[in-house]
Amino acid sequence: MVDATVAELGGGYKYGFVTDIESETLPAGLTEETIRKISALKDEPEFLLEWRLRAFRAWQQMKEPHWAEVTYPPIDYQSISYFSRPKKKLKSLEEADPKLLETFNRLGIPLTEQKFLANVEGAEVNSRPLTPVAVDAVFDSVSVVTTYRETLAKLGIIFCSFSEAVREHPELVREYLGSVVPIRDNFFSALNSAVFSDGSFVYVPPGVRCPMELSTYFRINSANTGQFERTLIIADKGSYVSYLEGCTAPQRDENQLHAAVVELIALEGAHIKYSTVQNWYPGDAEGRGGIYNFVTKRGLCKGAYSRISWTQVETGSAITWKYPSCILKGDHSRGEFYSVAFTGNYQQADTGTKMIHLGRNTRSTIISKGISAGHGRNTYRGLVRIAQSAENARNYTRCDSLILGDRAAAHTYPVIDAKNPRAQVEHEATTSKVSDTQLYFLRQRGLSEEDAVHLVVNGFCKEVFRELPMEFAVEAQKLLEISLEDANG
Amino acid sequence: MVETASEAIASAEQATALLAIHNLHVQTAEREILKGIHLTIRPGEIHAIMGPNGSGKSTLAHVLAGNPGFTVTVGSVFFNGNDLLAMAIEERARAGLFVAFQYPPEIPGVNNMQYLRTAVNTVRKSRGQSELSAAEFLSRVRTILKELGMPEEMVRRSLNEGFSGGEKKKNEILQMAMLEPRLMVLDEIDSGLDVDALELVARCALRVFEDKRSERSLVVITHYSRILRYIKPQYVHVLADGKIVESGGIAVAERIEEKGYG
Ligand SMILES: Nc1ncnc2c1ncn2[C@@H]1O[C@H](COP(=O)(O)OP(=O)(O)OP(=O)(O)O)[C@@H](O)[C@H]1O
Ligand SMILES: [Mg+2]
Repeated sequence: MVDATVAELGGGYKYGFVTDIESETLPAGLTEETIRKISALKDEPEFLLEWRLRAFRAWQQMKEPHWAEVTYPPIDYQSISYFSRPKKKLKSLEEADPKLLETFNRLGIPLTEQKFLANVEGAEVNSRPLTPVAVDAVFDSVSVVTTYRETLAKLGIIFCSFSEAVREHPELVREYLGSVVPIRDNFFSALNSAVFSDGSFVYVPPGVRCPMELSTYFRINSANTGQFERTLIIADKGSYVSYLEGCTAPQRDENQLHAAVVELIALEGAHIKYSTVQNWYPGDAEGRGGIYNFVTKRGLCKGAYSRISWTQVETGSAITWKYPSCILKGDHSRGEFYSVAFTGNYQQADTGTKMIHLGRNTRSTIISKGISAGHGRNTYRGLVRIAQSAENARNYTRCDSLILGDRAAAHTYPVIDAKNPRAQVEHEATTSKVSDTQLYFLRQRGLSEEDAVHLVVNGFCKEVFRELPMEFAVEAQKLLEISLEDANG
Repeated sequence: MVETASEAIASAEQATALLAIHNLHVQTAEREILKGIHLTIRPGEIHAIMGPNGSGKSTLAHVLAGNPGFTVTVGSVFFNGNDLLAMAIEERARAGLFVAFQYPPEIPGVNNMQYLRTAVNTVRKSRGQSELSAAEFLSRVRTILKELGMPEEMVRRSLNEGFSGGEKKKNEILQMAMLEPRLMVLDEIDSGLDVDALELVARCALRVFEDKRSERSLVVITHYSRILRYIKPQYVHVLADGKIVESGGIAVAERIEEKGYG
């Protein structure tokens, strides 16, 4: 099972290629003028330009945060280009530059719609049905295609690029943009608010259960370009949606900045499941290059009985700074965070979550699995806040760290802030090494050392992997195996 | 090269024996634990090894398996004509050496069935056999589960996690039966088993042995003669303070059970 996939894929970062495509790119630098240009290029309504400018002014007053357990040379925000898109505009997929299509092909992302398999007998993997996946593909600063839109539209589901949502559904954008992650939330969210280029937009109407996985695939191609995407998902009363996000970037010696903002809103009784497999270029074995991934993700459980589940598998990026969080405002709402963060070579990850309990009978679950190998540094940072109003709130946190080798490090900083005396907060933490006894035992049964390590690590991540949709679970497992092999530079 | 008489005997044994241990000295943490073991096991033979606590029985099993925690300072071990000590842990296993551990470890999150299938197919591939299809694998597993009186639910759980002592032992024998080894070393497989379970486990191990008696050998490490009623050894060795101090037939085991090592 394990060795076949590894042999097929080979070691190394396999998404490191560059597509030679003509793009129009704004010159490096960030001024008010840059923002006006981005907004003009995108034909944006006045309210959005105003919003961007407010964000820009706020950002200028703010300082880059340095409390995280990560170190990197100063970022020169004036040396980055804030907008890049393929030159040829697309009316339909047929018009697309074949190189662009080939890029997504090589990445294994289907940009054409496949036949529905859901009800075909035998279309199952491990007894979980295979469902089609609708894809929004973002190349540098723009969305190039969104599939299955008509199928979804029949159910009233809106799934499109953010830019399109601004044009077609300005009232929804206006109502919700920045409602969960305000402009001034943090340095990177302010920057994103000022310069964000594209991303995905989802709206699921009341009572609708989205019949397929919605997914966005982010690809950074151009050099010296930052990627600043913005995702907004609104699940109306009693609806359900499962959304997946994947990312890769070419292999380059320079670091590249990625600062995204994701906002989720779950109204009464709605459930949003958001899964990420983050595989940005991690840098080489000496720690050269790689993406700086500074991301703000937050969900608001606005209505009663709403639920937001974050699942993330973070194997890429030189630096990951990311805390997908939930604000549990509605009574009886639930927040979940399942995370696997892997750091090998010189990768650094400071990741975790915040669960803010405001409503009564709110519940949250945090399962974090950190794996460090090579010189990797892996930090879990979590906050569970239970407001006085959160009568009967409950949290369960488990945070496990697994260390491979002698040079890797793991830290955990769990903070609990309970203002309500009846809150029930449970916290468990373990740190372990892949035990020699386990590897010895597995090898005695004929497994190679490599396969034995994969097996133990996959076992360690099991509780998180099983939260992922099937296709992603398989991909996540493969990714982790490749990362493990390349980790000990 | 001038050979001593004992080296000449040793090399003759290497050629015909399944396992030939010659003057084996082993240490761990600076301490010598095995102090010159000689033991030859031919295909079709069953050996029992008894001896007081701490005499080095498990150490011997671990050294055969290749546990990196022990260092061989002097001596040689040949397995089926090959230098066992030069082989990696997994190579030994693939060549047909199986050690059922006294204390099998727990491996959280690793599905027992998936693990076993990976192990079985890896080993089969290395031996030039075809991989077992999912259906064939499952049907073989089910047969053995029945033999051992194990509920199928056991293989759907994580490997040994939360298994009782006896369940872990049964699980070892399940793996052994599926891996079809040539030399089977059972380190206190009987400890922790109730009387009925002991009979099932012993019969299953014996059955695997009998399936290919001309090629296989069994080594039973034990403190009690009860298991030897089912698995009847031709040879019983007594290990004391790192040496084999006595070798004989089943009578040795009966005497020890009655009178101790005194
Ligand atoms: N890692 C180790 N470090 C130090 N001493 C060790 C280590 N492993 C084994 N020993 C010692 O080696 C000796 C032999 O141990 P071993 O487990 O082989 O005994 P045994 O004959 O199997 O005993 P039992 O019948 O209790 O299972 C014991 O004194 C034990 O304490
Ligand atoms: Mg022992």
